[in-house]
Amino acid sequence: MSSIKIELRKEDVDKINEICDSFNNEPLELINILHKTQEHFGYLPAEVQEAIASRLNISTARVYGVVTFYSFFTMTPKGKHPISICMGTACYVRGAEKVLDEFKKELSIQVGQTTPDGKFSLSSLRCVGACGLAPVVLVGEKTYGRVAPDDVQAILKEYE
Amino acid sequence: MRGRMTMETLKLTIDNKQVEVEKGTTILDAARGLGIDIPTLCHMHLHDLNIENKPGGCRICVVEVQGRKNLSPACITKCDEGAVIRTHSPRVMNARRTVMEFILSDHPKDCLICPKSGHCDLQDMANRLGIREIPGQDIAEMSTYRKDTSPSIIRDLDKCIMCRRCEMMCNEVQTVGALSGVNRGFMAVVAPAFEQNLEYSPCTYCGQCVAVCPTGALTEVDHTRDVLRAIVDPSKTVVVQTAPAVRAALGEEFGMKPGTLVTGKLVAALKELGFDYVFDTDFAADLTIMEEGTELLGRLGKYLKGDKDANIPILTSCCPGWVNFFEHNYPDLKDVPSTAKSPQQMFGAIAKSYFAEKINVRRQDMVVVSIMPCLAKKYESQRPEFSVDGNPDVDFSISTRELAHFIRQANIDFNNLPEMDFDRPLGESTGAAVIFGNTGGVIEAAVRTAYELYTGKKLSRLDFDELRGMEGVRQATIDFDGFPLNIGIAHGLGNARKLLDDVRAGRSKFHAIEIMACPGGCIGGGGQPLHHGDSSILKARAMAIYEEDKNKPVRVSHENQYIIQLYKEFLGEPNSEKAHHLLHTHYFDKKSKIIIKQ
Repeated sequence: MSSIKIELRKEDVDKINEICDSFNNEPLELINILHKTQEHFGYLPAEVQEAIASRLNISTARVYGVVTFYSFFTMTPKGKHPISICMGTACYVRGAEKVLDEFKKELSIQVGQTTPDGKFSLSSLRCVGACGLAPVVLVGEKTYGRVAPDDVQAILKEYE
Repeated sequence: MRGRMTMETLKLTIDNKQVEVEKGTTILDAARGLGIDIPTLCHMHLHDLNIENKPGGCRICVVEVQGRKNLSPACITKCDEGAVIRTHSPRVMNARRTVMEFILSDHPKDCLICPKSGHCDLQDMANRLGIREIPGQDIAEMSTYRKDTSPSIIRDLDKCIMCRRCEMMCNEVQTVGALSGVNRGFMAVVAPAFEQNLEYSPCTYCGQCVAVCPTGALTEVDHTRDVLRAIVDPSKTVVVQTAPAVRAALGEEFGMKPGTLVTGKLVAALKELGFDYVFDTDFAADLTIMEEGTELLGRLGKYLKGDKDANIPILTSCCPGWVNFFEHNYPDLKDVPSTAKSPQQMFGAIAKSYFAEKINVRRQDMVVVSIMPCLAKKYESQRPEFSVDGNPDVDFSISTRELAHFIRQANIDFNNLPEMDFDRPLGESTGAAVIFGNTGGVIEAAVRTAYELYTGKKLSRLDFDELRGMEGVRQATIDFDGFPLNIGIAHGLGNARKLLDDVRAGRSKFHAIEIMACPGGCIGGGGQPLHHGDSSILKARAMAIYEEDKNKPVRVSHENQYIIQLYKEFLGEPNSEKAHHLLHTHYFDKKSKIIIKQ
């Protein structure tokens, strides 16, 4: 569990209610509602989950249960430069894990976390369809191919 | 729609025995009908209360259905016509053993010192299946989830087997919504939102999660050592009070039949343990009726004069789980419940004022202990408004289960104890007070007194069968000499919610509503001996309570001689200023108390 305390503004609450309303405040639509909400806010902080629970008249614990079950949902805001390391089969066998470890070491964060300055966040994903370039790393929209652990420092430098 | 007369049945064979069952019956129920006890772990069915947990998750109950490739979980598989089922083939027994070994592989092995030891369904199952070693346990990863201690309940999730019974009780039965399954895979736990401690969740401490937990994952906070310390301290006068539901259940802990009344032995055991005064919470229940009954008549009088602020219906306020529930969920209605404190707290307030004065003991030198069927009472006793200069009216509240442990630790042969009587003055009570332990009992007791005070007439009958029973929501109209008093009753917080939503919407036709948080009332409380899924135990306890009422010489609260004396010597009138100061309380908006802790 890690979450950043935020104050919901009135327009945030209005937006959440609008999303919930568009699904008729139906608790069975919770996953879709969370999807839309994350699309809007970029992540799902505790206060947003509480606002959804209150609108749908379900417990916050239940919303949190769904948020933590699906890896797509996140309670941490993504960094300014989100880094994704492909852990698909091809990338994995060509050393993606070592690359990932190097990023963890350089940034001192784990997968799913964001650096304290909000600059980088780290995630892993499954196959971006560029297996010929394995192992593949994405920073924001930019793709890096055949990445070795030694390249990690240079990649990060580009964003300083 | 076809009538129920033409019930469809089907025939099948289980372990070479033929059986005919209603369509829709599970293999588990069909087998049990034949006396074949297929082992279960996550499954739980409280028939009389219509509560069932069957996630089909643990897979202990698998059986072999001829013609099916995979083994089927008996608790969720419905019987088919002509099915041939084997519940103990080598394949089934192997699978069952493997499932159990997996469940145990990451379970702590500290059974010797586990608070659930001896009452643990998992331990019993390991024993029943003859598990003597766990392959691979040396390499199995162990969970190290933090322990969460609240004022009433301890969560030790390393011992959780994900049966989801607690989650079902908390969400479906109680609609409290404190717990949910969170995370996935090995990290999955049952926890409050954001995995905060229970204290920062909407938990009411009703303890129904503890009452159904098959392992040591959910247990009560144990205060028996604090009580022992007070007893051995020569500077302390230790006063004990016991709730009505305790006497109808404690015997079960000592091998007695459910529904055995052990009032006399309970008193003897408490004296043996060294308490200086053994009193009865029932005394305070009679006092509650005087205060709450007077409040009811006061509000009713205003209501009949057309006063819009009369606050009708009046809601009972004896149950601390229920109080927590409305403070969290209905803070907008906090003027509706009676302001009368619960019997536990009334007792504490009177013991540390009236009685302390009487025996010339300073408040700080008196320790009040309560024996309760309840875990919410622990939290209630710690509420700051129930103390004077930091000294609580009730120092320690221990559950029926804790008392049983305490008695065993003290080498007391409970079954062979003599029958003894409560001390006076705070040990005298009426039949009206005893029935506080059952759903419908508080309102029945209130009706007995309110009727006689309102009409000035004697009741021709004291048993109000229309207020009794196990149905979740009940209603009755009692004729108050021409005025029809509409009464609503709910037990279980999910049922309470239905009545409360009506009150909030202005649709309620009731003048008075009784609510108890636990299914069955206090006899089914979270601190009672574990029922292990057998709801007939709760029924037997309820019968015992009504039996004790019948046997009491006085059965209406306002005729309790010691209550009359208390008002004469000390309080003045019911709802007097002094009574208000000592015996009434106010409620809080706890909605905002749900804090997000980082």
